[in-house]
Order: sequence, then C-alpha cells, then structure tokens
Amino acid sequence: MAGFDLSGLTASFGGERVIGPLTLKVKEGDQVALVGKSGAGKSTLIRLIHQRVDGQSSLVPQELGLVNALPVFHNVFMGQLDKHATWYNTVTLVRPFKQDRKQVLELLDALRMSEKLWIPTASLSGGQRQRVAIARALYRNAPVLLADEPISALDGPMAHHVMKLLRDRFTTSVIALHDVEMAMKYCNRIVGIQNGQIALDEPTDQLAAADIMSLY
Amino acid sequence: MLSYPTVRTSLIFLAIALVGLLFADIAITANNPWRDLGNFFLGVLTPNFFSSEGLLTALLRTVAFAFVGVTVGGVCGFFLALVYRFLPVRVFCAFIRAIHELFWALIFLQFFGFHPLTGVLAIAIPYSGIFAKVYSEILEEADPEPGRLLPPGTGTIAAFLYTKIPDCWVQLITYTAYRLECGLRSSAILGFVGLPTLGFYLETSFSQGMYSDAGAMLILFYVLIATIPLWVRPKLLPVYIVGAPFFLGDGLPIVWGNVERFFTEDIVPSPLRDGEGLAGLLPWLNELMVEQALPGIWNTVILTQIALVATGILTLLLFPLISNHFGGPIRRTSGHVFLVIARSTPEYILAYILLQLWGPSMLPAVVALALHNGGIIGHLIGRQTNTIRLRSDAPKGLNRYGWELVPRVYRSFLAFLFYRWEIIMRETAILGILGIYTLGFYVDSAIQSIRFDQAMVLILITAMLNIGVDILGRYIRRKLALQTMPTC
Repeated sequence: MAGFDLSGLTASFGGERVIGPLTLKVKEGDQVALVGKSGAGKSTLIRLIHQRVDGQSSLVPQELGLVNALPVFHNVFMGQLDKHATWYNTVTLVRPFKQDRKQVLELLDALRMSEKLWIPTASLSGGQRQRVAIARALYRNAPVLLADEPISALDGPMAHHVMKLLRDRFTTSVIALHDVEMAMKYCNRIVGIQNGQIALDEPTDQLAAADIMSLY
Repeated sequence: MLSYPTVRTSLIFLAIALVGLLFADIAITANNPWRDLGNFFLGVLTPNFFSSEGLLTALLRTVAFAFVGVTVGGVCGFFLALVYRFLPVRVFCAFIRAIHELFWALIFLQFFGFHPLTGVLAIAIPYSGIFAKVYSEILEEADPEPGRLLPPGTGTIAAFLYTKIPDCWVQLITYTAYRLECGLRSSAILGFVGLPTLGFYLETSFSQGMYSDAGAMLILFYVLIATIPLWVRPKLLPVYIVGAPFFLGDGLPIVWGNVERFFTEDIVPSPLRDGEGLAGLLPWLNELMVEQALPGIWNTVILTQIALVATGILTLLLFPLISNHFGGPIRRTSGHVFLVIARSTPEYILAYILLQLWGPSMLPAVVALALHNGGIIGHLIGRQTNTIRLRSDAPKGLNRYGWELVPRVYRSFLAFLFYRWEIIMRETAILGILGIYTLGFYVDSAIQSIRFDQAMVLILITAMLNIGVDILGRYIRRKLALQTMPTC
C-alpha cells in the first residue's frame, strides 16, 4: 500500500465544517505538497489521512509528539517499537542494543545532529526537536510520509537539506508547506486547499508560483 | 463582596462552625494548664537524648515501618492505578483510603497481634488507595500525542513504558517522595496503639512526666523529616528498601487461630453469632446507631467543621510569615521554622500533647488540627505569594495583605482547604482514641471491651462519612472551579 484513494474526507470542529467533503487520490510516486493559507485545513487533512490509512504512514505532526523526558535515541527508536518483542523494547529503554544504536546514529548523522544522540529532547532547540521527529518518521520507514510543516523551525540550508532527504527517502508523501518555493522545488504535485476544499491540484511542472499565490 | 461565590461559601462554612461552637465541648479542664505547658516547653529546650537506647531503636523502627509500608503501598497503588478507570477499583480504593492508618492498625492488632505485619499493612493499605488515585491522575495528564504516533502493532506494555512513564516520571517520583514524608508521620503515630515506633516512646515518656525525653524525641523527629533531602537519595533508595524489612523488629508471632476466629466469629454481629438470626439483628443495629454511631457522627461532624474553619483562619494569619511581601529575612526564617514544625508534627501527636496539658475536651483537637493543617496550607499559600509580582507603588502592610495578596490567593486557599476537608474529618474521627467523643472513641471503646462486631460497623460508618465528605468537597471545588494538587 503505497498510494491511497480516500473519498468523503470531512472534519468538523464545534459543529462547523472545516474540511470537505473532499476526495484525494494519491498514487505511488506522488510527492504531494499541501499548500494554502494558515487555517485552511491542511493540518486537519493530514490528521484525517493518517487516521484513514490506519497509521500505515510515517507522520511528522506540527506539535512533533516527542517524549520530552527521553533522549533523542529513544524518541527515534519509538518508530519501530512494533518490530520487536516487549522484552527487547524494555531492555532497550535501559540499555540500547548495538545494531539499533548504529542505525539511529546513521539517521541522525544524515540530519547533522549525531552528537545529540543521548540528550533528552526537552533540552533541544526548536529546530533540533523538529529534526528528531523527522528522524523518527525516517526510522519508521512506512510506505507513505505524512508531514505537517516539517521544516518550519529550520534555517535555510538545513531546510533544503531536510526536504531533499525526505524526497529521496519517501517515494510517496503528503507534506503541508507554507513555503511555495520549497513546495515547487521538492514536490511533484501541488494540492491547494481553500476553505476546506481542494482549490488546485496540478503536477508541479505545469504550474508557476503565481498560480499558487492566488490561494493566499 | 457577597456576589462572589467563594465569599458566600466561606461565610456559610463560618456560620456552620459558629453554630457548631455552641454545641461543642470547648474547655480547659486541667488544674494548671499553663504550668504543664511551661514544663513541656522547658523539656523541649532541655532535650535528653541519652536517657535510654530506646529512643534510637524507636527512630529506626519508625523509618523502617515507613519505608516498608510506603514501598508496598506504592507498588500496589501503581498496579491499581493501571486499572483505576474501572468503577469497582475506584470504589475499592476510595474505601481503603477512607479508613485511617490507626484504624487499620487497630483491626490488624486484633488478629496479627504485635507482629510487624500489623504496622506494615496499616500503612500499606490506605496508602495503596491514595497512590492508586494520584498515580492514575498523573498518568492521565501525560501527553497523549506520542502514543498516537506509535506504529500500529506496538505492544501495550512497550507503549506504556515509552510514552507514559518517561513523561510522568518526575511527578511520580516527587509525589512518592512526598508520601514517604507522610509515611514517616503515619509510622510515628502507630506507636500510640503499641507498635514500637516513636509514638510509643513519646507516650511512655509523657505518662511518666519525662518531658526532656519527649522533647528529645520531637526534635529528632523534626530533624529526621527536615533532612529527608539529604538522606533519601535515589542511589540509596534500593539499599533502604531492601534493608528496611530487617529493622522492623520481631514483635510477637502470629497465632493463626486468632486470625481465623477473628473473621469467622469475632466480627460476626453478635445476634447472628448467638443464633438470634435477622430478627435480632435489627434491634442490635438500632441500639448501636442510637447509642454510639449517631453521637459519634454528630461530634465528628461538629469538630470537623470547627477545625476546618479554624484551619482556614490560621492559614490566612500564617502565610504572611513566609511571604516575601512582608517583613525581613529574620521574620521569614523564623516563620519558616514555625511552619515546618507545625506541619511536620502529626496532628495526632499535637492533640496528644495538648490533651495531656489542657485536659480532655474538643479544644486540644481543634488547636492541633488547625496548627497542623494551617501549617501545611500556610506554607503552600505563602510560597505562592512569592511568585506574585506587585507593582512598585503597591500599598504596604495591612492594605497590601487585604487588597493585593488575599484576593489573588483566595481561590487556591479555598481549593487546598476543601481538599483537606476529608483529611481533617479522617483525623477528627481518629482523635477519638485520645478520649474526645468522636467516632474513634466509640471504635476504641468497642475494641477495648472486645465488641469487634460493633467496632467493624463503626469503622464502616466512619469510612462512609469520609467518602461522603470527599464527594461533597470535590463537588464544591468543581462548583467553584477550584483546582489543586494533592497534599497529605
């Protein structure tokens, strides 16, 4: 299951509809950028997709969902808790195994923060925390990436580096982005959300930045 | 002012307490109370640490019972917390924590005798109920987001260990350490029913008029509690926990025949035991209610309400003692010392001392409860005022107290007070053992005259009363939208 075809996506808050009803079909190989004004319903849509694909996705939510008291290693390792027996996970909590340490370290190296392996996430900066959540999604290695503003706290070069990494590691993805330039550069399909509806859905190479700006 | 619900509630409780005073038995009956009080303070000022080696043994036993009791209670409470969402578990926990440690001790004494198990269970059982409640509240507060992000198929235990425990760890440890301090107090007063802890030593010294010995014991107890951060270290904890069971003393062996008789004969209501059947049960219950339970409930409720309001008034008077907004460092330091002493002394010990000095009436109980609880809440509120930043031209003195500080802390003051309502009632009931006519008095008398069936019914009634007040207190806190953290 790399692509998905979801119809009847709706969400309401306090009786007010914020999303849909809308239909979204994503094929394997689609790298979708969700763009639109803040409040347009991008985050809600990402959550909805996450629920509908039964968690068969690597999710990077906006609020990151890190366990602040645990070190970076364990926050990343959590992406594969389902792969091991309970005893293995419990031992890892106290003393991680060598092969897991190596794998996680490689990921952190790719994100240029390998020196933070044993630092509790609570004491990291905003950008570092964001990269830990990304590392967890990479480690999870699900067929689809769902990410909600994954580079909002990263500086320019690091943002490009991370986007490139996500593009190379996940063939199929849905990424909410407010930066149109990033969306055009790293995604092959742009979906524009306006008032909870899809207002634009085109391959990137058939769009100009100005077409997208009409959404804002 | 009257339009504020908090003010209206306060005035209603004040009125109830004033009416209660009309019915309460408040008097000093001792011939020369002030001379006795003077002698006692002289004893505290001239402590005698070397009169017997019994003091050190009692101290050791107090620590050992506290550690074993709190550890067992903590472990059981933790597992109960995991299933706390089920109603039967919640009811069970509410029930076991509604019965005071001393009542549990009195029950176990009847069939285990002076065996260490009596003291351990007396602490462990009510503490399990309290731990279960607070632990489950802490676990519920954990951030649910990381749990939602786990890959499907993650085991329940792994999910719990990775997403819940680390998030709550600090709070769990803080609360458990705090409970250990409470456990030391509980352990100390278990001596009053004959277990080999500090209470036993205190009662012995007091009854022989050896005030210097009693003073030495109190001072050691304060030092023990005040130095907890120094000697309770995470690295040393396993040593204490493994070692403590070996220092409980031997006591007397358990006679299993007694245990069996207690459950199959002693606590069976006497009409059933004597074969009178249900027909005899009703008059028996009726007599018990009219002659013991109702007077006991009446006195317990009156004393509780007076002590609650006295605690409130004393708190409002005491918190400025440690507040940064008043006075200089000398006054604040002495204020801290006073509040530490007030809240470290178990109310039972305070009541015992005052009762010895002033003679039996409700007065020593009210003063003891107000001092102990006022010390606890006063400390918390005083600390809270230190986080308030006043504008630089804020009024000074009494105006600052009345216009700037009290209005700002009044809600949390009420929250703590209503939280402690149930605790004050539990203590009020137990102070009956000292000879005040609350429920504890009737329980103790029934046990002394080997009417265990009646004692059990009276303990059940006490537990129900506590649960009722707990529910009422929680209702009022919710109605007034008051929030608080647990205190013991």
